Amino acid sequence: MAETIKYGKVKMGKDQILLNILAYTFCGVVALFCLVPFIMVVSGSFSSEEAITHNGFSILPQDFSLEAYKTVFKEPMVVVRAYATTIGLTAVGTTLGLLLQTMTAYVLSRKDFEWRNFFSFFFYFTTLFSGGLVPYYILITQTLNLKDNYLAMLLPLLFSVYNLLIMKSYITALPESLIDAAKIDGCGEFMTLFRIVMPLIKPALATVGLFIALAYWNDWYNAMLYISEEEMYPLQYFLYEKVNNIEAYKKLLANNAISSSVVSSMSLPSQTLKMALTVVVTGPIVLAYPLVQKYFVQGITIGAVKG
Amino acid sequence: MKKKSGIRGFFKKLYKYRIFLLMLMPAIIYTLVFAYYPMTGIVLAFKKYKYAGGIWGSPWNGLNNFKFFFQSGQAGLVTRNTVLYNVLFIIVNTVLQIAVAVFLTEIKNKSFRKISQSLMFLPYFISWVIVGVMAFNILSADYGFMNRLIESLGGERISFYTTPKIWPLILTFFNVWKGIGYGSVMYLAAIMGIDTSMYEAAAIDGANVFQRIFKITIPSIMPTTIILFLMSIGGIFKGNFDMFYNLIGNNGLLYNYTDVIDTLTFRALITNSDYGMSAAIGLFQSVLCFITVLVANKLVGLYDKDYTLF
Repeated sequence: MAETIKYGKVKMGKDQILLNILAYTFCGVVALFCLVPFIMVVSGSFSSEEAITHNGFSILPQDFSLEAYKTVFKEPMVVVRAYATTIGLTAVGTTLGLLLQTMTAYVLSRKDFEWRNFFSFFFYFTTLFSGGLVPYYILITQTLNLKDNYLAMLLPLLFSVYNLLIMKSYITALPESLIDAAKIDGCGEFMTLFRIVMPLIKPALATVGLFIALAYWNDWYNAMLYISEEEMYPLQYFLYEKVNNIEAYKKLLANNAISSSVVSSMSLPSQTLKMALTVVVTGPIVLAYPLVQKYFVQGITIGAVKG
Repeated sequence: MKKKSGIRGFFKKLYKYRIFLLMLMPAIIYTLVFAYYPMTGIVLAFKKYKYAGGIWGSPWNGLNNFKFFFQSGQAGLVTRNTVLYNVLFIIVNTVLQIAVAVFLTEIKNKSFRKISQSLMFLPYFISWVIVGVMAFNILSADYGFMNRLIESLGGERISFYTTPKIWPLILTFFNVWKGIGYGSVMYLAAIMGIDTSMYEAAAIDGANVFQRIFKITIPSIMPTTIILFLMSIGGIFKGNFDMFYNLIGNNGLLYNYTDVIDTLTFRALITNSDYGMSAAIGLFQSVLCFITVLVANKLVGLYDKDYTLF
């Protein structure tokens, strides 16, 4: 009722009813389209292999079975290791990245730093022009010699100019008098940054931190390029590898099976195994998502405003 | 007071700003190593790369890398694909994201609005690897949901992964799918910023809700739309490697319709170890990107100076 008053109308006209039908239907359908692929992967993972081979994947589970999950956890350490790698990279990368980005943004937002425009351009230019894949690949693999080194997955995502711009626009929005006051009180720059500025930009730290964390969590590309040691695979590349070489994965599971009976890789599921693996990899991020969504929404709108 | 200039002034400033520069140092070193130093590697595009010689010791190769790239017909194909896909994505995304934003604001039921917006945002959070698995789940010739659906409707099975022509549709679907929630946020924010007194005036003048949308809402978010549109034009020569590689992979059957500059650069480097050619394609792309970003930025500036990037 409040909304109809807002538009100065007393009762809903025909046009309003039609619009409501359109709006609810459109948004409902789009939302369903976004959800259904997730449900189908989950359903596939809880189906029996025979049902899938016979009928194909469906929206609801067919012939409910936990076989695929049992297979994944025949060798739980493989999954646990990939999780540990990703969690470690995400934690270290987010912390360092956030520190690096905040410190840089703080300096660039200081109006009494006359060289700030020069340095802003120095960073910004790298988004306009790049050497491309090959020189970067040679830098990592040969110049820095980081092949099969965790740093090859950590360093490429550590610093992003876009995050820097988001951070800078948050810090620039703080009242200047605040920093002046800190200075008068005898605060050094580091102290001002850590004691005064950082506590005030907690939402920005949350937003940018989540952007960085998501980039690390979803990274598979750097692992594909620079990591050949299977034990070092992060979660997403682990998933990519196993799904695309499901037969090799089944062999590994069969050979390592703890059960006393001989397990042949032929008897293990393939299609449902892919789905179960995907659920195991995706689960936590989907569960954490409702908690972090609002910070992303903030970040997108802020990031669009020029830094 | 007279401004100090020259070397002495510079060193004075250097001293004055020593703490600032110390704080900037990690980012400066990072950027020099990971962005500026690789830029010098573009000379590889004009060289025949030898592992032992490295970037600087390898012999020159003139324009042969480019010659091969252009004469093989691949240059035309991947450039065409990259541009056409981006044009398609930009148009479909803009229209659908605006539609989502407009309709979402019309929904008065708060929980319906919140839940549907959250669901639309969900695909943004997952990696393209997972999207690749979902695509397989839906499109696989033998086990895919789509073929099950087609058969139950009495149609013929389609072997999606061997039918190139259908991929522009599939790729557009997943591109829109992954970005719709994220992309619509910008438009939602723009709609929230519209002065409500305009709606009140329109209502008094007897405008119906559709007139309200098309005469007030859409024109009011036009600036945002145009800015976002021009900014995406700047990236028109960039292919989304994550998406193409996870949905297509090394499926050569589909390349005519799905190979973009980024996937070709990758294959030239990793699959064929042809460093020179890959560097040449990369340089070709970097130059095109550079020019389009400058042009796009100029256009943004002509439209509204406040939104230019530099």
